Amino acid sequence: MSQINTAKLKASNRRAGRKIGGTVAIFLFLLVLGAFMLFPIYLALVMSVKPVEELFIFPPKLYVLRPTLDNYRDLFAAMHRNRVPFSRYVFNSVAVTVSVTVLQVLFASMAAFVLAKCRFPGSRIINSIIVISLLYQSNVIYIMQYIVMAKLHLIDDPLALILPSVASPLGLFLMRQSMAQMPDSMIEAAKVDGAGLFRICWQIVIPNQKPALMTLIIFAFQGAWNIQSGSLVFQEQYKTLTTAASQVAASGMARAGVASAVSVFILVPPVIVFTLAQRHVIETMAHSGIKE
Amino acid sequence: MAKNTAGHRSLWSSIKRSKACYLMLAPFMIFFIIFTVVPVVMSLPMGFTDFDMVQPPKYVGLSNYTTLFLSDRVFIKSIRITLIFAIVTGPVSYVLCFLLAWLINELPPKLRTFFTLIFYIPSMASIYFVWQIIFSGDMNGYLNSLLIRLGVVTSPVQWLTDPKYILKVTIIVQLWISLGAGFLALRAGFQNIDPALYEAGAIEGISTRWQELIYIVIPSMGPQLMFAAVMQIVASFTAGAVAQNLVGFPSTDYSAHTVMTHAYDYGWVRYEMGYASAICMLLFIAMYLLSRLISKALSRYMD
Repeated sequence: MSQINTAKLKASNRRAGRKIGGTVAIFLFLLVLGAFMLFPIYLALVMSVKPVEELFIFPPKLYVLRPTLDNYRDLFAAMHRNRVPFSRYVFNSVAVTVSVTVLQVLFASMAAFVLAKCRFPGSRIINSIIVISLLYQSNVIYIMQYIVMAKLHLIDDPLALILPSVASPLGLFLMRQSMAQMPDSMIEAAKVDGAGLFRICWQIVIPNQKPALMTLIIFAFQGAWNIQSGSLVFQEQYKTLTTAASQVAASGMARAGVASAVSVFILVPPVIVFTLAQRHVIETMAHSGIKE
Repeated sequence: MAKNTAGHRSLWSSIKRSKACYLMLAPFMIFFIIFTVVPVVMSLPMGFTDFDMVQPPKYVGLSNYTTLFLSDRVFIKSIRITLIFAIVTGPVSYVLCFLLAWLINELPPKLRTFFTLIFYIPSMASIYFVWQIIFSGDMNGYLNSLLIRLGVVTSPVQWLTDPKYILKVTIIVQLWISLGAGFLALRAGFQNIDPALYEAGAIEGISTRWQELIYIVIPSMGPQLMFAAVMQIVASFTAGAVAQNLVGFPSTDYSAHTVMTHAYDYGWVRYEMGYASAICMLLFIAMYLLSRLISKALSRYMD
């Protein structure tokens, strides 16, 4: 088995007209463009470790002379001074992020599977409603959503941060588009073997959709992590870490330094999840390599 | 008549036969209907009303729409700006998403994660304040201080308040954050292509990267191309956040005043929700028609 795989991998490395020179050129091009993309992020990072007196010197420096963690210390001190302990924000964020991500991935994957691979009355209409809901953007929706949530007595309830986000039309659309390319023969074969739809979905289709699945996890996590409690919950004890940090950035002590510390701090968890998910894709593709 | 009831019966029986499908769809649909479909349907008729969020909406017929086209000069200007904005950022970033996703795929696997992350990070980070400092109008702005030291300009340029530059600066920053959901979906699409296809292609005589791209990759990525197109349409037509965070609201002389910004203005500043939702409705119709058009164009790559 492994012999076949290595043979096939070698074959795929000898793909059409790959010259090492071309690959190096692509690498250099991406490196230059990547540096441009990363530059503002780098500046945010540098500013977050700049002491106050360095923020306003002329000409502005691209590096820091005496790096300090004061901005981060100020950020955490400010969050500590709130009426609830810091650990409470961490708990809220973990609870919201984990439940939204898990439910969103489960619900969207199952729904995407039936919408991509089953014909049933209503499937076409649902498919177009999904796309329409992505295209229809209006600030009136938020008001109506608020009215619906008030009717359900969800305002100022921690569930208000979770329930509206568990059904993501974007996630469904992503998975559906990816599953559409899977050959029907695979599913038919499983049906002949007597597998139910649920099993076909989770044991055959989803394991075959690793790249899209990991992308969905990244989107779900990123969205969930950035949920702003805003107008939905008012009690400090229900607020998430990102909300608390943004409050600090928006409050009176919003010096550029602290604002950068906030944005760097908020960026870290999504970057970690992104890296883990992408690495997982590449590993599974390299191991199982070829899908039959 | 008899035929009709037979039709009903077969519909009913096919609904019953698809029970498992509906069960698997149910968890998503329940939450989708409550928190997305119901609010959207409730908001649809608002464009025909006068609604200030305090008193119940009052039916006013088409008057919001006639006002928009006949006497709202800022709206007409915002259409022009949105079109410029969308025509520049939409196609450019769509092509960029695809091109970068492809070039990254040409690298060894270890480097792919690294580069995907680098290009995706901007859309995750909300750091408008850094761009504000880069384009700051005093000498402390990074760009101004660089240009002054190089002798290109003698006095600081007002990048964020001079109507000559506002739209250009906004477009640059929009392009910077635009490698988002569509880009990642295309990356996933590349990763999902069956390597056997490449081998078969090599045997059939495909000899360059370009040929491989055109004959193998693009035809097998129709669905992802459609996904990225929808994301791109939404991002470029509903843009407004970038301008509002970067050049302020309202921007000088409404130079970066997009249709969405106009809706924001009427909705959240003047509390004329009926008028705001008429604006959003027009924008939606435009985006919907465009997405149908793109779907037609891509249909030969779909199955």
